[in-house]
Amino acid sequence: MSVGKSARGPIVEAPVGFFAAPVSHPAPGAAGKTGTWRDYRPVINEEKCVKCLLCWLYCPEDTILRREDDMVYVDYEYCKGCGICASVCPVNAIEMVPERGGLE
Amino acid sequence: MTVMTLTGNYAVAYAVKLARVQVISAYPITPQTTIVEKLSEMVDTGELKAKMVRVESEHAALATVFGAASAGARAFTATASHGLLYMHEVVWWAAASRIPLVMAVVARAIGPPWNIHVDHQDIFDQRDTGWIISVAQENQEVLDLTLQAFRISEDPRVYLPMMVGLDGFILSHTMAPVDVPDQEEVDDWLPPRRQPYYIAPETGVVMGNIVPDDDYYMLRYSMQKAMEQAKKVIEEVDREYGKRFGRSYGGLVECTLCDDADYYIVITGSWAGEAKEAARKLREEGYRVGVARIRFIRPWPGEMVRELAARAKGLVVFDRAISFGSKGPLFLDVAATAYGLTSMRGVIGGLGGSDVTADDIAGVVRDFVGEVEEKGSVYEPLYWLFPAKYRGKFEAKEVVA
Ligand code: SF4
Ligand code: SF4
Repeated sequence: MSVGKSARGPIVEAPVGFFAAPVSHPAPGAAGKTGTWRDYRPVINEEKCVKCLLCWLYCPEDTILRREDDMVYVDYEYCKGCGICASVCPVNAIEMVPERGGLE
Repeated sequence: MTVMTLTGNYAVAYAVKLARVQVISAYPITPQTTIVEKLSEMVDTGELKAKMVRVESEHAALATVFGAASAGARAFTATASHGLLYMHEVVWWAAASRIPLVMAVVARAIGPPWNIHVDHQDIFDQRDTGWIISVAQENQEVLDLTLQAFRISEDPRVYLPMMVGLDGFILSHTMAPVDVPDQEEVDDWLPPRRQPYYIAPETGVVMGNIVPDDDYYMLRYSMQKAMEQAKKVIEEVDREYGKRFGRSYGGLVECTLCDDADYYIVITGSWAGEAKEAARKLREEGYRVGVARIRFIRPWPGEMVRELAARAKGLVVFDRAISFGSKGPLFLDVAATAYGLTSMRGVIGGLGGSDVTADDIAGVVRDFVGEVEEKGSVYEPLYWLFPAKYRGKFEAKEVVA
């Protein structure tokens, strides 16, 4: 017999009384529009880009997006402006430009 | 049912086997080691079908079983003293995640200096983590509590992990006859594992992500609510277990010689045996003394302690640990519950395994009763029951607020 496990997993039974668990389901923008956190905006120079996709790979927020032809672009709704993409780009095709003109 | 001669540690191992635990991970530390040795042997011979995970530390051991439990496995670990302190961060993670889990803690003093003998400092160090914390008095109870721990922890009214405390060497390495229930009986009594959620690719659940402060507050409130509900569950499980296996312990508090008692010894762990002997001796001398053995330090059995205090002339609380700069941790809970209701003395004894006899306990109680009868009311939160060779050389009663 297999105690403690149903065919697909353990038995999930609803808790009794007031219950809260620190559980979440990953979803786009689960923490809100994180683009508003950004102080510097990555701007991609398509002339310089060699489509190596390093920025796409390294972006911690999955906000470097990839077109059919492998040209990359930024999802500014959620990009936090960390600058990792700019720092990994081997040809300096990404420039971090101050947002709101306030930080020069 | 079979009667076997088992050490406290083997009693834990047999209970873990009977609960059909699926994942075990632990790092060896005296006096816990033989629990895991026995379990590895059972896994090796195929007697227990579980995964035994070798790890580099206690921090990793608890993280491993916590991970397994989050994924849906019935999981178990055991530790003691410094091992428990090293786990401490994950102890918090496991409780606040609301994932059922069971851990045996073989109570042992904390260094420096090195000391492998019993006191309760390691267990009380975990007091505020959100684990259900029980402490056994003898080997049979160790087995019974370990089995019950799975039932309590996995109850949807609780969903909190549970520690089973047993005193180092006094129980862990001392043999005693233990009734070991049959596997079929346990299978029938212990329901399949339940938990509030589990983490797997198909559930897409993430645990522990950052939350807004107000929601964090409510998570803490929810843990306290579960602790309150656990009191009822513990009593129920104790009663049902008694019906099925013939042994009940009175739930959160085991009261001995309590019916007509004027004074109560409040104590937890194996030295409750000495306390009971002391109470019997004192009764022969005409003192009406009972013993309230605290079986669960969390959730705190406040209602029962308050009830006792309301009809008592006095309580003598024995602590095998101290909160430096304050008082004994058990005393703190008793005083917070019963302050103003009766006279109290908080005794610190048996640190680092230093010996406390039934006569020692009787002496302290006799002295306390004398003082209460003379003064009418006594509040002595810190009374040192020094080891015999230091007695009389220092001031036993300290004036502290
Ligand atoms: S700045 Fe950071 S978050 Fe924004 S696209 Fe670049 S790597 Fe991603
Ligand atoms: S790292 Fe630079 S070159 Fe490579 S894809 Fe990104 S922008 Fe283009």
